[in-house]
Amino acid sequence: MLWETVKLALRTIRRNILRSVLTVLGVVIGVGAVIAMVTVGQGSSARVQADVASLGTNVLILRPGKRVMGPGTRDSAAPFTLRDAEAVGDLPGVAAAAPVSSSSLTAVSAGANRTTQITGTTSAYLTVANWRLAAGRAFTPAEEKAGAAVCLIGKTVSQTLFGTGDPLGETLRLRTLSCTVVGLLQPKGATSFGQDRDDQIMMPIRTLQRRILGTSDVATIMVALRDDVSTASGIRDIEALMRERRRLPAAEENDFSVTDMKEIASMLTGINTVLTGLLSSVAAVSLLVGGIGIMNIMLVSVTERTREIGIRLAIGAEARQVLTQFLVEAVVLSVIGGVMGIALGLGLAALASDLMAIPFAPDPGVVALAFVFSGLVGAVFGYVPARRAARMDPIEALRHQ
Amino acid sequence: MTAPLIAFRSVSRVYGRGEAEVRALDGVDLTIARGEFVAIMGASGSGKSTAMNIIGCLDRPTAGQHLFQGVDAGALDQDARALLRRHFLGFIFQGFNLLPRTTALENVELPLIYKGLPAAERRDRARAALARVGLSGREGHDPSQLSGGQQQRVAIARALAGDPQVILADEPTGNLDTHRSREILGLLAQLNADEGLTIVMVTHEDDMAAFARRLVVFSDGRLVQDGPAAAGAGGGAR
Repeated sequence: MLWETVKLALRTIRRNILRSVLTVLGVVIGVGAVIAMVTVGQGSSARVQADVASLGTNVLILRPGKRVMGPGTRDSAAPFTLRDAEAVGDLPGVAAAAPVSSSSLTAVSAGANRTTQITGTTSAYLTVANWRLAAGRAFTPAEEKAGAAVCLIGKTVSQTLFGTGDPLGETLRLRTLSCTVVGLLQPKGATSFGQDRDDQIMMPIRTLQRRILGTSDVATIMVALRDDVSTASGIRDIEALMRERRRLPAAEENDFSVTDMKEIASMLTGINTVLTGLLSSVAAVSLLVGGIGIMNIMLVSVTERTREIGIRLAIGAEARQVLTQFLVEAVVLSVIGGVMGIALGLGLAALASDLMAIPFAPDPGVVALAFVFSGLVGAVFGYVPARRAARMDPIEALRHQ
Repeated sequence: MTAPLIAFRSVSRVYGRGEAEVRALDGVDLTIARGEFVAIMGASGSGKSTAMNIIGCLDRPTAGQHLFQGVDAGALDQDARALLRRHFLGFIFQGFNLLPRTTALENVELPLIYKGLPAAERRDRARAALARVGLSGREGHDPSQLSGGQQQRVAIARALAGDPQVILADEPTGNLDTHRSREILGLLAQLNADEGLTIVMVTHEDDMAAFARRLVVFSDGRLVQDGPAAAGAGGGAR
């Protein structure tokens, strides 16, 4: 009997195909938006976590200035020096410490040029960032000390400047500095913020300081703690060392910050979750609007089919059966919208994931929930019209023109 | 003695209250036995349609009893009366009342769906019913592709398909020309004569009433005449 009712509902929906499609559009958009939001949100969370994992656990970032999260003005605290980085690296709990400064410059090769990020650091950076070389070698200590004109380049830079050829031994020019490529970085893809990490050139920090920046400042120090050292005690040791080196009186606040990468990751994931939730609830409102659309059309449909209802009642349909018929019709309509919405949402999410270079991670649970929810929308908003149909007086209904 | 098929015991039906009160039926006694072909006549507002609605279990008396096979149908709840209609009554309307954009076969199957018959049996019985009204070969036609007379035949087939005890026909020829009307009435009379099907028909045309065997006339909510139908043109032709 229920299957008969579903078939009848499908037939009725097919008969008014354009109207049916327009009716469910709200549900399609609502479900589609929720699915797209949640899928993209989960993909980017997965991305953040993967980034942090690739960086290695127990990674800290030291920055001069009081603690500020994210971009913003920093007070004019004294910058770090190379000796600060060395001292941090000598701490017993520290596995590696790399001074980092950077600049954005145009690199020129024989046939092409590209504006890219220049990172000045030491080979310790590769340890801290858990980064390997695809080809060639890292800087030698002698090159680091002398500020030699050698560099490591990312895949994107290599492809732009040297095409498909082997970049090792080639020369690129940064302003007046001619630099020999000694290593090719292993491709890492984009960061959570969509920044291409393969679009950079690394050189010894002294080279960058002397030949390009013209200062001896170090912007940040990246630190990897040893595995057997807890993050908290590592931070404590580094803070104590830096306070001493910067001669801060006991009462003074730190004029530098030590940030745990895990902290940044959990903050990013948190922001992600909040944003996803917020956008999804906005999308859910359109699901509500979609439900009202269904109610509206079902009310019109009940009025239009008053005579049909009268006939059905006269030939022996119980009120309950008429109720079921219209309720099933609303639910079927809404579920069709839900399925279309799921397809739309997954399609959009796949597209967005591709563009944002994040993993496409459809969640079967969320898809199932959206399916059930769309059916529920049909049942809730179809109930009032269905009850109106079921409560009709057959005599009046048959008289209806 | 078995109970009569349909019995009215001083049935009254009152619409509205106080000043606006209208007595559509006023203490009507009426008994219809199995196998009868009754024509109900009367002026507009005489109460004949109200009587028909009560017989059809679509309406219930304000006072008095409407007995169907001895059961007080007026005292039953809505669902129970829906079941009475489903299993024992077949309706034919003036406006045919077929579902639009639905084939003749599907229209005839409709009451059988509510009877809960399996699809194959429904199809067979619907085909058989269409054959009985002379519409074999038109199963797949939409009402819009059929003439008025054919549409009314489909409606008769729909009423027959459920294998009812009574066929209730409300002005079945009101929308048809004389020629088609006679065909339809002939068909009803034949079903009554050959198969003993009980038929109650409301009409306002004397020559249609003449096809019936018994004539009941209402006026101002009262039964004013009850006797054998005049052997008119239709009756004579039979």
